[in-house]
Amino acid sequence: MPVITAENISKKYIIDHQRKGGSPSLRDVVSESMNKLFSRKQESPDFAEKEEFWALRDVNFSIEQGDRIGIVGHNGAGKSTLLKILSRITEPTTGEIRIEGRIASLLEVGTGFHPELTGRENIFLNGAILGMSKSEIKQSFDAIVDFAGVEKFLDTPVKRYSSGMYVRLGFAIAAHLNPEILIVDEVLAVGDTEFQKKCLGKMRDVSESGRTLLFVSHNLTAIQALCNKSFYFEKGRLIDQGDTTHIVTNYLSKVSHKSLEKHWDSIESAPGNDQVRVKRFKLFPEYQDELNHIDVRTPINFQFEFWNLVEGANLNLSMHLYTFTGECIFNVGTQSETFAKGLVRGVCEIPGHFLNDGSYVVSMMIVKDTSTVLYNMEEALVFDIEDYRENVTWYGKWPGYIRPQLNFSIRQTEHVVND
Amino acid sequence: MAIQHTITIKAGGSEKDYWKDLWLNRQLLWILSKRDISVRYKQTLLGVAWSVLRPLATMIVMVFVFSYVAKLKSDPGVPYPLMVLCGITIWTFFSNTFQQISNSILLNSNLVSKVYFPRLLMPLSSVAVGFVDFLVTFGIFLVMTIFFKHPISWTIVFLPCFILLTFITSLGFGLFFAALNVRFRDIGQLIPFLVQVGMYLCPVAYSSREVNNTWYEKYYNLNPLVGIIDGFRWCLLGDKAYFNPQSLYSTAIISFVILILSLIYFRKKENTFVDHI
Repeated sequence: MPVITAENISKKYIIDHQRKGGSPSLRDVVSESMNKLFSRKQESPDFAEKEEFWALRDVNFSIEQGDRIGIVGHNGAGKSTLLKILSRITEPTTGEIRIEGRIASLLEVGTGFHPELTGRENIFLNGAILGMSKSEIKQSFDAIVDFAGVEKFLDTPVKRYSSGMYVRLGFAIAAHLNPEILIVDEVLAVGDTEFQKKCLGKMRDVSESGRTLLFVSHNLTAIQALCNKSFYFEKGRLIDQGDTTHIVTNYLSKVSHKSLEKHWDSIESAPGNDQVRVKRFKLFPEYQDELNHIDVRTPINFQFEFWNLVEGANLNLSMHLYTFTGECIFNVGTQSETFAKGLVRGVCEIPGHFLNDGSYVVSMMIVKDTSTVLYNMEEALVFDIEDYRENVTWYGKWPGYIRPQLNFSIRQTEHVVND
Repeated sequence: MAIQHTITIKAGGSEKDYWKDLWLNRQLLWILSKRDISVRYKQTLLGVAWSVLRPLATMIVMVFVFSYVAKLKSDPGVPYPLMVLCGITIWTFFSNTFQQISNSILLNSNLVSKVYFPRLLMPLSSVAVGFVDFLVTFGIFLVMTIFFKHPISWTIVFLPCFILLTFITSLGFGLFFAALNVRFRDIGQLIPFLVQVGMYLCPVAYSSREVNNTWYEKYYNLNPLVGIIDGFRWCLLGDKAYFNPQSLYSTAIISFVILILSLIYFRKKENTFVDHI
């Protein structure tokens, strides 16, 4: 029997372009309605600024008990909105979801922690906020303290906690909720490696005891390790669901060829600030055959152009290359030089036969005086490298982040003579 | 977990089980109240002292201004400082809880955007601090009655009724502003102003006897606080304090109507709070 059934879930937001994000003041509303009252003929200019935005559109799914669902998709694909609806924080505009069983959601670590209160007081506060009864909290109190490793600081206000302790305590409480359905959003983005392992272990325990898990993360490795099924969201729609390996492959293939070039024509619209603005970031692969795709043999040239707006600025570039799951492969920097106002271009070549096949993300930093980051263009370009093999009859996934051609040879050094 | 939980989520779906949810979350109400109280008295070393000093200082200033400068008369047989302190006690309780309720949703916005529980818990729990402050002020009042050798009247038995009525009134006004405050942030600026003006419209520094038999008395009595403040005084100081029971009826009716209207408005807006925070 499914524990969660969602039918035709949609969520609409109205975006007001004029007042980006901020709440309207009463003054705005009054003056707007006055405008409408006195100038019936012409449409209020504000009206056109409003736009409907569907964060979720006609989403249908059902989740069986014991399923461990990973949710993947780009920022703004609707993942968080779905979790918010499932957690009842916001209501869907249309559609219906039926949930069987006690549900707990962890959208943030340490929700409602009050900095002035002690660790002990916050355990009870946060536990109650997450839906635990006082007796349940008392029962798991020692386990929580133990898991978080904060025995010595129980009676210290949490404002004196290190950020690591804070996060550990927050997760420890949530981990002892014992719900039948657990919803987790990106909590692994915080905390150290040791703690992340602990968290993943705890979530695995939850799922192995037959409970249901919904997990959103940008860390595809974690999703692959933890989830048996996955949902793939794009622009508010659930476009694919099924076996995690299949979904992750599908997701990765969709992001390829997306952005080999980014450019801005005018300084005004370009990203940056009053010191530098980015003009163009382009990737020139030296294709090795007519198919025009990048494979492990292909040398790739990067060209990065920006406007320097400060006379005599001492600048250098620093480029990071990441795998798609976020591990940094390398970081290279240019020499620092003094530039006059105007366009500055940086070029870099990644040789062929260097990177392994996979998806890569490049980010580019403009650094001033070798120490101050003026502008960091994160996830500036994304590209895929396909596999290419000659004279090999093995087709498994080639291991490793890089795949260099090194001088590695074998030869016969001794002949055994048979008599 | 033997209990089978089934939740249905849809537009307007939280209506059905709202009051049941509220009841199930009563422990949270208690814990949030406790949080507010302990935070208040932890943050300021002078926590308790403040709640003693404020009403005392206000009383001294009012006694000076209204009794010596403006020469307002007290009810016969009631010392003016006692009359003022009595008014301040109940007015401060009302205005504190009203302001706390009005700001409760915004102050807890981190909770609104991350967890679900009936939002009504936040305004309800925010009353706790105001009530503790009230108890402190009330203590001062009792000390002052001894100081002025004014006997406490038997009518004090009605005190809980007036406290409850104050609570209903502040919840009625507060819920409306709490919901409005989320939508329109400049309401936050308006609230302290309303409280300040409100104090002069209410018989805090003067007795309603001054208004008796004037043409505007019937409008004056429409203010639900008039019945509450006069009634509270009558409770503590006895029959010598002026109290027109007529004003109490209008207080009760108006307060209940406002509470119900505010509740409807709050419930209607509640589900969209998160979209505006």
